[in-house]
Amino acid sequence: MNETGEPLKTPLYERHVAHGGRIVPFAGYLLPVQYEAGVIREHNAVRENVGLFDVSHMGEVSFEGPDALTALQRLLCNDLASLADGRVRYSPMLNAQGGVIDDVLVYRFSPDKYLMVVNAANRYKDVKHILAESAGDVRIADVSDSYGQLALQGPRAEALLSTLVPAERLPGRYYSFLPDVEVGGVRCLLSRTGYTGEDGFELYAPAGQTPQLFDALLAAGEPFGLQLCGLGCRDTLRLEAAMPLYSHEMDDGVTPLETALGRYVKLDRPGFIGREALLSAGAPKRARVGLRMKGRGIARAHYPVYAGETLVGHTTSGTHCPTVGPVAMALVEAAHQTVGETLAVEIRGARVEAEIVPLPFYTRRA
Amino acid sequence: MEIKTDRLYSESHEWVLFENDTTATVGLSDFAQSELGDLVFVNLPQVGDTVTAGETFADVESVKAVSDVYSPVTGKVVAVNATLLDAPQTINEEPYEAWLVKVEGITGKVALMDADAYRALTEK
Repeated sequence: MNETGEPLKTPLYERHVAHGGRIVPFAGYLLPVQYEAGVIREHNAVRENVGLFDVSHMGEVSFEGPDALTALQRLLCNDLASLADGRVRYSPMLNAQGGVIDDVLVYRFSPDKYLMVVNAANRYKDVKHILAESAGDVRIADVSDSYGQLALQGPRAEALLSTLVPAERLPGRYYSFLPDVEVGGVRCLLSRTGYTGEDGFELYAPAGQTPQLFDALLAAGEPFGLQLCGLGCRDTLRLEAAMPLYSHEMDDGVTPLETALGRYVKLDRPGFIGREALLSAGAPKRARVGLRMKGRGIARAHYPVYAGETLVGHTTSGTHCPTVGPVAMALVEAAHQTVGETLAVEIRGARVEAEIVPLPFYTRRA
Repeated sequence: MEIKTDRLYSESHEWVLFENDTTATVGLSDFAQSELGDLVFVNLPQVGDTVTAGETFADVESVKAVSDVYSPVTGKVVAVNATLLDAPQTINEEPYEAWLVKVEGITGKVALMDADAYRALTEK
């Protein structure tokens, strides 16, 4: 969304319409929720083969200057001091109360140059916070509008990309990237990351050349049966992999320790915003759990969760997932997080039993 | 988009196939299933329940959302298509075969359209 509330188009809007995408407003952008294949087939294509998503709505904020790392270390609760050039790190960004302002990826180009990737819906809120909380010799810029982004995801993503890029120009390790790789005549930041629970890549390209990149990937993907994928299966894929979604599993009033993101919080590292609040709060009072429906019914986001007759929390995401069936994630009182315990989800007035199961629901075969 | 000419349609995209003046089967149109997307769950009334024209009598769920199904007629449910409970995708595959309920003793109905009028509605 722009600051007047008009939905924006990504550089690929015309491509989505031409390919039969069903367009919906999402996080201020007009994006395809699905194409003609439908959510289930698109989901299965990513699990079994390869799919292509437009994720140009994601925001990008650049940090440059000798104090870039200092600024990031104050803003983020993970530790970026050990991040090497060409590597990517995930981190929550907290407010002073320890709540999650956003969850972000940080790319390190050099010791004084970084790129932070933020959620589209949080972009303006994030930038305001970042600018207010940063000092010293660092230039911070919202460069979201200059980037388009594509996600090529699935077990055959590497084979497909190998037809366009020499093997030595593919980032080999998960959460690594190369800053300048030519793909189909377009110079991209090529990153081995994703939001699907599968192997795959994310490609950041100049906004104006993103359609050219999209066409090149689509043409190269034809022999692979590349599937165009919409937001619908992006959500089912990330839910199966238990990847959190902002405003569902976390928000400004939920701490990362409550929502199973503790491994990204380095409490022994002084100096980040939110640390004092997390330390003084003590043991988290809530926990994020996985639920598998035992009775007939589909839990959606924001349904009440009961232990016996006691309301103990609410679902944060849920649906009938193509690979793993009817599951949900929930934020519940910390006393109710034991795998095997039976809770109940209130689905439009009726309580349906659900068992606490380990997260993630789905792990890809190594 | 297939629209069968042997039956009538409601504004909320249910189809009604009358056997006689007081007996009909009810289902979802091809347009409805296409708009809903891949269906993964169906809730149906029970035999013996009364349904009321214009009121919800079932719900269908896609991966993305829950949608109510409105009864085009008032009457008593005498059969439900229980095979849909385990195979809701049948509604996507064969919307005009995948009936939801059979209603008898029909005493009222919502405004219904023939195939031509319904096609005009879906093309608006």
